[in-house]
Amino acid sequence: MTIVSTADLLAILPELLVMAGGCLVLVLDPLTAKDRKDWLAYFSLAVLGAAFVVGYWFMGALTGSPRPAFSGLYVLDAYGAFWKLLLILVSGLVILLAKAHLKLEEIDLPEFYAFILLSLSGMMVMVSGTDLLVIYLGLELMSLSLYVMAGFKRYAPRSLEAAAKYFILGSFSSGILLYGISLLFGRTGSTTLAGIRDGIAGLPPGDPILLMAMGLLVVGFGFKVAAVPFHMWTPDVYEGSPTSVTAYMAVASKAASFAAFLRVFLEALGGIKESWRMLLVAVCIATMVLGNVVAIVQTNIKRMLAYSSIAHAGYALIGLVVADAAGTASVMLYLAIYAFMNLGAFAVVTMLRRGGLEGDEIDDFTGLARRNKWAALVMLLFMFSLAGIPPTAGFIAKFYIFMAAVGANMTGLAVIAVVFAAISAYFYLRVVMVMYMKEPGETAGTPGYDVRVVASPAAIAVLLVAALGVLILGVFPDPLIQAAQSAILPLK
Amino acid sequence: MVPIFFAYFALVSIVAGLLTVSLRNPVHCGIALLALLGHVAGLFVLLHAEFVAVVQIIIYAGAILILYLFVLMLLNLKTEERYFHRRHAWYITGVGALTVELLMVLLASRFSGAKGPATVAAVEEIGNSTAIGILMFSDYLLPFEIVGVFLLGAIVGAIVLAKTPSPADLSGDER
Amino acid sequence: MIPLSYYMILSAIVFVTGVVGVLIRRNIIMLLLSIELMLNATNINFVAFSYYLGNIAGQVFVFFALTVAAAEVAVGLAIIIALYRGKATVNVAELNLMKW
Repeated sequence: MTIVSTADLLAILPELLVMAGGCLVLVLDPLTAKDRKDWLAYFSLAVLGAAFVVGYWFMGALTGSPRPAFSGLYVLDAYGAFWKLLLILVSGLVILLAKAHLKLEEIDLPEFYAFILLSLSGMMVMVSGTDLLVIYLGLELMSLSLYVMAGFKRYAPRSLEAAAKYFILGSFSSGILLYGISLLFGRTGSTTLAGIRDGIAGLPPGDPILLMAMGLLVVGFGFKVAAVPFHMWTPDVYEGSPTSVTAYMAVASKAASFAAFLRVFLEALGGIKESWRMLLVAVCIATMVLGNVVAIVQTNIKRMLAYSSIAHAGYALIGLVVADAAGTASVMLYLAIYAFMNLGAFAVVTMLRRGGLEGDEIDDFTGLARRNKWAALVMLLFMFSLAGIPPTAGFIAKFYIFMAAVGANMTGLAVIAVVFAAISAYFYLRVVMVMYMKEPGETAGTPGYDVRVVASPAAIAVLLVAALGVLILGVFPDPLIQAAQSAILPLK
Repeated sequence: MVPIFFAYFALVSIVAGLLTVSLRNPVHCGIALLALLGHVAGLFVLLHAEFVAVVQIIIYAGAILILYLFVLMLLNLKTEERYFHRRHAWYITGVGALTVELLMVLLASRFSGAKGPATVAAVEEIGNSTAIGILMFSDYLLPFEIVGVFLLGAIVGAIVLAKTPSPADLSGDER
Repeated sequence: MIPLSYYMILSAIVFVTGVVGVLIRRNIIMLLLSIELMLNATNINFVAFSYYLGNIAGQVFVFFALTVAAAEVAVGLAIIIALYRGKATVNVAELNLMKW
């Protein structure tokens, strides 16, 4: 029997800060005057800043030696610290984005910031938990907050529909995940990742229940990272949710799910690598094919970005399939870069307004270069980056993933990925073409068609960070690559 | 005695489960689920998990299910559902095949995992709830804390979503 | 003494019943009830393993799973009420503003 120690509490200091911040926002909300609600956003940002500083300090202090906490349920390591820093940064950007966007959508509730913080704390728990139960709880905390945020536009049936679909499929998938966890517990007598690894080592190879549990975990995590065939919620939920929430889902929840996915499969299920590899190769190819092909026919930019996010999950899965040091580092690099470019693309979508609505049709981008050349320019940058065209960061991300696949003698997979990356250029560049080659007004022609760009300082700040991130990481990726390589999981 | 009780609880659980997903009237489904929950609690007693059994009755049957029935009656959905999905028939075939496979695997598996320290006798000595409590507040303290935050999020989330939108909200665009 | 595999078979049957329920029903509340079946199957597994492996941790997991289920139900029913207010339906086939 162990009692909680100061060292344990210190280990979860960033999480505690974020959780306490979330609770404080809820408490401060009724105490704040109506015209001062912006302060709550600044307060949340300050909390995130503090958590970032602590996390950064941990990352520096920790290279090499993972420190277990809470009787082995949690670990303080460079891998977790890397993801936490990324997630905190993304959450900060989303809060900035939401501050501008929620007002436009008339859903300016301060609870939103509290849910971002709660969701973030769930993600942070996910990336550092070394016990399946803790990871499951973190995942549920993240998802629950996202279900609520997806339905935040309560007056809009679309948003509620998105929340309902997300909720049903989300809890369905976590039920499957939990069943897998229970089978693993039964077969190995433990839910900690180390205990499961030891338990698997003592089992005969090809144990059917173990394989079944592994399959159920693939389904559960596959839902969360939106891999085919568990992707069917993605387009609807991305389209219906408020765009700042969509950005958060597409970037942060995917990154956190990948982090947990990698940790669970490499640390706990490393002993049956050969069996899950086969399964994941199939999932990975299907994801790349379906994501990229279906994205071509989309007319709504949020749906297109949803399929693009499915496709990107496919590329990132290559790193997991490779399952070595280079693979892990390339997934971390990929999702970090993906965060910048995708967040930037969604930020442009939030700024575009058609009448009182959001300009989320690709047609609304027609002639954007004439209306607002800066918005068109950054969108061009993000689209190039998503397509993986040098010198943007997207190229670096794809390059390292493909190199990792080639390095592990999976050239076939790398070739398929390159082919589909080339196909993806078509639908990304179509947006660019529509923005630059067409005149404004030259569209399907809804009456009262007035698209305008609403730029607020907060949204511009987000765009600036994202655009600079994409450009700088595209030209000088070395610091990030080194950070990712020094933070990989110790493979056993 | 134990095999007889097991057979009874297991059979009723399976039947109640089948009824839960197949009855037309959602209220009847809820009551079938109630039967399932009660009999699963009986199974827990057979497994010497008395505390979990009681909690299952109090929380599942007493709180969760009542919430369901309350919403069902609030929305008055008794005759809402006339048909099931037909287009997912092939799904069902797949799931059925998987089930058969799964049952074969389970029947064939001779299962004896690693024996832990908490044998029934050892647990009975200090009492079931004491043993659970000690474990929950020592080794599993962190999940306990996370669950606390989780509940807070759920409460606030439920209020935010179910709150009647103010007239200002309603005047927004209905798309 | 009942063999452990009997409990696992029971839980597998209940779990699959729940999965089938999610796939065939159209009423959202029924989907939620089916998910409860799945979670209950998991609980049977955890408690059975706890007994047969002599590891009381399994019973602790049931508590967490139960709490999560309760909290999810609260949010899920709130979503359903909000949805019903807007559309007066809880039939998933009618949730078709976007392609399902």
